[in-house]
Amino acid sequence: MIEASTTQIWIIIIAMGLGTYIIRFSFLGLIGNRPLPSWLLRMLRFTPVAVLPGVVAPMLMGSGAESMDPLRLSCALATLVVGLITRNVLYAIIAGLGLFFGLGALLG
Amino acid sequence: MPTPRTRHPFVHGALDSLPFFIVIVPFGALFGVIATEAGMNIAQVMGFSILVIAGASQLTALQLLIDNAPTVVVIVTALAVNMRMAMYSASLTPHLGANPLWKRALAAYCLYDQPFALATVEFEKRPDRSPRDKLTYFLGAGVPLGLFWYIATFLGAILGEKIPSDLGVDFAVPVTFLAVVAPMLKSLAHVAAAATSVVLVLVFSFMPYGTGLLVAAVIALVVGALVEIWTEKQRKTQ
Repeated sequence: MIEASTTQIWIIIIAMGLGTYIIRFSFLGLIGNRPLPSWLLRMLRFTPVAVLPGVVAPMLMGSGAESMDPLRLSCALATLVVGLITRNVLYAIIAGLGLFFGLGALLG
Repeated sequence: MPTPRTRHPFVHGALDSLPFFIVIVPFGALFGVIATEAGMNIAQVMGFSILVIAGASQLTALQLLIDNAPTVVVIVTALAVNMRMAMYSASLTPHLGANPLWKRALAAYCLYDQPFALATVEFEKRPDRSPRDKLTYFLGAGVPLGLFWYIATFLGAILGEKIPSDLGVDFAVPVTFLAVVAPMLKSLAHVAAAATSVVLVLVFSFMPYGTGLLVAAVIALVVGALVEIWTEKQRKTQ
């Protein structure tokens, strides 16, 4: 159970809300239409492939309870392969989750 | 693929966001259930989902609150989890920056992982769309997901334990992220950036407050850019 007071919880909610909004607004809000140097633009184009795999990897191979689970790893691999071949987000999700819940039901 | 000129960019974004409802709905509900069971009232639970609107940091804050961590630690740790969104903000600026400030302020509110990922894919496919259409697409990808995040949180909070929470839905997060990333891996430079990110985030897992991800991601950006410069040079000399 949470022992923090109502005031403390609201302080956390408001500070997190404001802080998160400032993080999101930062470049978009302050730079706006000003041109960015080409070396920076080149780097920024790699943002999704530089961040998202780093978010996913600890979920599958980190220290959590479900990490290094062979079923999850194979289904993640299936998602990646189908995504690479079809270049279609939805097919990749169907492959990964379909296999996960299908095999999960089969293996009990 | 033909350009869906006839389709309004908001509708286009909303349709593209549909697969992500598999993640948003169960996770919003999960947050609602855990937060309520831990003793938060409905206003606080909804305050989190509406004001913060970032699942991973909300669950982090919740866990720290349950562990009775000091208020400052909760805030700092949860904000560190969201620092990656500064990179998202920078990355979308070349596409959305020409829009009026109030629209950019609105877009910033929706800047979470899924609309960001969808927008990068769409803007690379059709870079010549107007900044206005791009922003409308982005809102289409973000607003309905956000609304369902609120609704799911609310349902989780009022239904509580009646919602089965152990269905393996947590696996939907890595799967949907991988499904978005895989089609983006179209050059050696993209693969190099992704591989760097995966290896370094595991190497830096000892770093506190999830800062390892930030270091890994920045190095991955540099690696991607360098490999791209290198492959361009190779092509020119051939």
